Amino acid sequence: MPSPKPRPSMSIETAPKMSWWNRLAHPGQFVQWTRPLVLPLALATAVLFVAGLWFAFFNSPADYQMGDTVRIMYVHVPTAWLSQFVYATMAVSALGTLIWRHPMADVSMKAAAPLGAVFTAMALFTGSLWGRPTWGTFWEWDGRMTSTLVLLFIYLGIVALWRAFDDQLRAARVVAVFTLVGAINIPIIKFSVDWWSTLHQPASVFRPDGPTMPGSILTPLFVMFFAFTLLFITLQLIAMHTEVRRRRITTLERRAAREGAK
Amino acid sequence: MIGLGEHAEFIIAAYVGVFSGLVVLIGWTIYAARRSQQRLKELGDTRSDAADQ
Amino acid sequence: MSGFGAVLGREIRLSLRGGGEMLTLVLFFIIVGAIVPFAVGPDKDLLQRIAPGVVWIAAFLAMLLGLEKLFGPDRADGTLALYRLADLPLSAVVAAKVIAHWLTAALPLILASPILALLLAMDLAAFWRTLFSLLLGTPALAGFGAIGAALTVATRRGGLLAPILIAPLCVPVLIFGVGAIAPVGGPEQAQAALLFLAALSLTVLALSPFAAALAIDWGED
Repeated sequence: MPSPKPRPSMSIETAPKMSWWNRLAHPGQFVQWTRPLVLPLALATAVLFVAGLWFAFFNSPADYQMGDTVRIMYVHVPTAWLSQFVYATMAVSALGTLIWRHPMADVSMKAAAPLGAVFTAMALFTGSLWGRPTWGTFWEWDGRMTSTLVLLFIYLGIVALWRAFDDQLRAARVVAVFTLVGAINIPIIKFSVDWWSTLHQPASVFRPDGPTMPGSILTPLFVMFFAFTLLFITLQLIAMHTEVRRRRITTLERRAAREGAK
Repeated sequence: MIGLGEHAEFIIAAYVGVFSGLVVLIGWTIYAARRSQQRLKELGDTRSDAADQ
Repeated sequence: MSGFGAVLGREIRLSLRGGGEMLTLVLFFIIVGAIVPFAVGPDKDLLQRIAPGVVWIAAFLAMLLGLEKLFGPDRADGTLALYRLADLPLSAVVAAKVIAHWLTAALPLILASPILALLLAMDLAAFWRTLFSLLLGTPALAGFGAIGAALTVATRRGGLLAPILIAPLCVPVLIFGVGAIAPVGGPEQAQAALLFLAALSLTVLALSPFAAALAIDWGED
């Protein structure tokens, strides 16, 4: 492998004037631009979580059908939403990687994958804890739980694929292909699993027309929903900053190794 | 604290599980960030984003 | 076209000469199916009920087994690098490989499936449906397999990774494949499943060469 020519190091000061899009593409600039957002976002997340928990436990009645188990919904619905939202984030980032070769899209994809896996696992965990009192079983092979399980497998596959490569730039492009293949597949999986579970299940176990939700339940649900979403955005930003730094470390380590070899 | 009805243990387990998971996730994210900052300092990086935060 | 035919011919010749690899695959397929009665007991009713699932699982596992051979040897001896430079688009090469993979890894299994049907106490009608659903569904497995193999070809420890990546994607194939055999919801549902299976295979066959070629091309430098 021929060693790349030493280029004059480009710093923020010497970089030419760029559009915001290009500026966002420069990892150093991205970190500079988004770092001031982290603290306000973290504070807003904390406030929303405190408010959400207060609503969830002290200021919302038990549901007339589900009873107190409805409180599990306040952590289940936001995590279930995030399990799909994070995948959408990854799919959009994958498009950014494949079409524009946007460097921050790589970083965003890599930062989101473990977060998505954790949120999906949480959705399954809370879902099964809700299912035990409601359906009488921790695990029911119903459409939603099954397709969430498959989604978790896809997330874990993506994390494993990232780790299988040494060169993260090549990994990014390969992972982007898989992420998009998965994105096309997820609706098909969802559909097939729904078809399958309605065939194999007595219809009385699960009714698709859920109980109508009164406002007292909607308030904590919305607060928690925003709390979890903001938490994801905050963690995603911090993880992206870390990933940018990691790449810088790799570059510096290589440079040090080259100089050591001379 | 209000009474959580007959299924209190499930509700508590769900919240404890999720929030301990979140604490681990947040802790790990911050730990990874700190570690990468530390390593950058060791390598003598001069860029501004190595030092603060 | 001649380039496409040449790649196809080369792949088939290689696997025919490959020292009984095809035979190993068929043996694996039959043994996986034959080991199930030992695990669940020789109850004929039970076996008859789970036979479609067992046949599909055996075919699925057997097709995963041959994935490493799809691009791995070609990358090791440099053929893949030449393919990338050739006039023939890489996606056409991959398409030829998918077809060859189906012919050498799926067709033998389908031909061997009567043995498994016999061992698992299938009746004749169920056997014909099995044959049909395997014929319609295995192309999708071959296409997904090509994607998985292409994604992991540039990694050093890709061997186990490809099955893990594509197994979740193959869930619809298994669902509709088994659904077409075992008419849980009556014959019209089985008919629908068969049509879905065919649609899935066509879509995967049409798209997978492009995705796999993209993954190969960008996995290299």
